[in-house]
Amino acid sequence: MTRLALLGGLYSNDRALAAALADIARHGVDATYCLGDLGAFGPHPDRVYPLLHDAGVLCLQGNYDNSLAGGLADCQCGYTDPRDNHFARISYRYTFGRTSDAHKAWLGTLPFERRLEIEGRRVLLCHGSPRKINEFLWESTSPDQFLAYLLDTAAADVLCVTHTGIKWHRALADGRHVVNVGVLGRPENDGTPAVWYTLLTVDRGRVSAEFVPVAYDYRALAADMDAERLPVEFIETILTGWWTTCLEVLPHKERARGRF
Amino acid sequence: MSPSAPAIPLVHLDHLWLQVSGTRCNIACAHCFNSSGPDVRTFGHLTPALVDEAIGAAAGRGVREIFFTGGEPFLNPHLPGMLETALAVAPATVLTNGMLIGDRIADRLAGLAAASRYSLEIRVSLDGYTEAANDAIRGAGVFRQALAAVARLSRRGLLPLVTIVRTWPDEEELATLDGFARVLREAGDERPRIKVLPALPLGRELARHPEALPGGLVTDAMLEDFDRDLLMCSNSRVVTDRGVWVCPLLVDAADARLGSTLDEADRPYALQHHACVSCWHYGTICGNVSAQIDGPDTARRERPA
Repeated sequence: MTRLALLGGLYSNDRALAAALADIARHGVDATYCLGDLGAFGPHPDRVYPLLHDAGVLCLQGNYDNSLAGGLADCQCGYTDPRDNHFARISYRYTFGRTSDAHKAWLGTLPFERRLEIEGRRVLLCHGSPRKINEFLWESTSPDQFLAYLLDTAAADVLCVTHTGIKWHRALADGRHVVNVGVLGRPENDGTPAVWYTLLTVDRGRVSAEFVPVAYDYRALAADMDAERLPVEFIETILTGWWTTCLEVLPHKERARGRF
Repeated sequence: MSPSAPAIPLVHLDHLWLQVSGTRCNIACAHCFNSSGPDVRTFGHLTPALVDEAIGAAAGRGVREIFFTGGEPFLNPHLPGMLETALAVAPATVLTNGMLIGDRIADRLAGLAAASRYSLEIRVSLDGYTEAANDAIRGAGVFRQALAAVARLSRRGLLPLVTIVRTWPDEEELATLDGFARVLREAGDERPRIKVLPALPLGRELARHPEALPGGLVTDAMLEDFDRDLLMCSNSRVVTDRGVWVCPLLVDAADARLGSTLDEADRPYALQHHACVSCWHYGTICGNVSAQIDGPDTARRERPA
C-alpha cells in the first residue's frame, strides 16, 4: 500500500500548513506533495517555505508561483471579472513585495508536473489541468468524457489537481480517477473555517481518496492578515468560510452552494 | 480575405454550440452580431434528432460544455428536452433574452438544474441598466420582461448570468457595473452575476458602426507567444440546421462552414475575418467566464509596482 498526502494551494496560510503537516505526520505517509500556489491571499508569504523544506514536501509550480518567479504583472489566476481582478491585484502586489528573491528563484526551479508510478497506476500531479497551469477543473463543469480525454492525453490513470479551491473526486467507469485535492489556503465556500488536504491511497492497484479537514487557529491568521492590512473581504472569508471575492469564476452549482 | 491567414486546427472540442433556433428571434437588437430577428430565416430550428446526434458525437469526442444559442433558443419548443439530453453528459448554457421564460419554463429549468450533476447556466442579455438605455438597443418592453425573467430564475436558485455588451469608456467601468448590480438586486436578483462582452464588429453592429472594423487581420506575428487556446476555432464548433460552422461569430461567413458533421468539421480554419481579430484580442469571448475585458490590467510582462 502506498499513501500520499496531497496539499493544494497554500495561499500563504502558514498556520494551516503547520497544522496539516502535524496531522500528516500522525497519519504517516510515504510522501507529501504540494500542487502549487504557495503564496497569495494570506499574510507573510515567506513563512510557508521553511515549513515545506523541514517536512520534505515536494512542490509543483502553480500559476502564482510562475508569476512570482518570472516577475509577471499579474497572478495568472484566470479571473475575468473586474472586481475579482481588483482583489487579485491587491493580493499579488502584496505577495510579490513580501516574497524574498531567494524564494522567488526557488519557485522558478519547481516542475510543472510530477509523474509517479504506484503499483502499476500512473499518477499525474499538476496544478490546474494537465494541459494548462491555470485551467479550472470544477466538479460541475468537468464531465466524465472530458476527464477521460485529459487522462488519455496525459497518459495517466490518476490525475490530481488543485487551483479551484474546492475539492472533489470522480471515479470514472473505466477505473481511472480524477481528484481535486482542495486547498489549505482558505476555506472552500461552505460556511465553515476548515481547510482541507487529501490522502491518496493506492492499495493493490485500488485507488481511494480521503479528504481531511484541518482545524487550525484561523482567528490568529485573521489577526495576522488584519495587522498586514489585507482586505477585510479576505479576512471575512477566513473567519466565516464563505468566499467574498473570486466568485465570478464559479459555475452555477458551486456558486449556488455559497452565500454570495 | 487574406491568402496567408494563419490556420488553427481544432485541438479539442471543448465547446459544442447548438444554434437551436437558427437566426429566428422575437426581437431584433441593434447590435446583433448575426443579425437575428423575427423574419430572419438564414438558419432554422434544429430538430431533436439532430441535437441528439450532435450531443452524442460531441460526447464521443470528450466535449466539456454545451451551449444553446440562436436567435432566441426558447423559440424552439423542444429546448427543454434538448437541455435534458445535454445535461445528462455535460454542463449546459443557454443564451437567451429571457422574454419567453415564464413561470412554467423557469420551473422546468430549475428541475433540470437540480437533476443534473453538471451546471446549467442561463445567460440573460441586457444592454443598459435603465429601461431607456436598454430598450433603445433591444426594443420596447424588453427591459421589463428580461428583468422579470431574471427574477423568476433567481427565485428558483438558478442565479442567472446577465451578459452585457461593453459600450462604456474605461473610467465608467465600475460605476456601470454597480448600476447593473443595483438594478438586478432591485428586480429580485439578490446575487447578481454579470458577464461583460465586447461589442463585435459584425452583423447589425458593423452596419451601425462601420468605423469599428479592425484595420487589419490576424497575422502569424500576432500569434507568436500567443495562447492559441484562447481562439474559439481551436476548441469549438457550431452545429446549425445547415451544417457545422467554425464558431458562433462567423455563421454569416460561407467559408466558415466546415462540413455537415462534427467529424467533417474537424479541420483547420484560417483566421481570415475581422471577427478573428476580436477573438484574438479578447480570447474565447463566447464562453461563460473566459473573456478578458478589462484590458488595462492584462499586460503580461511588466513587473508589478
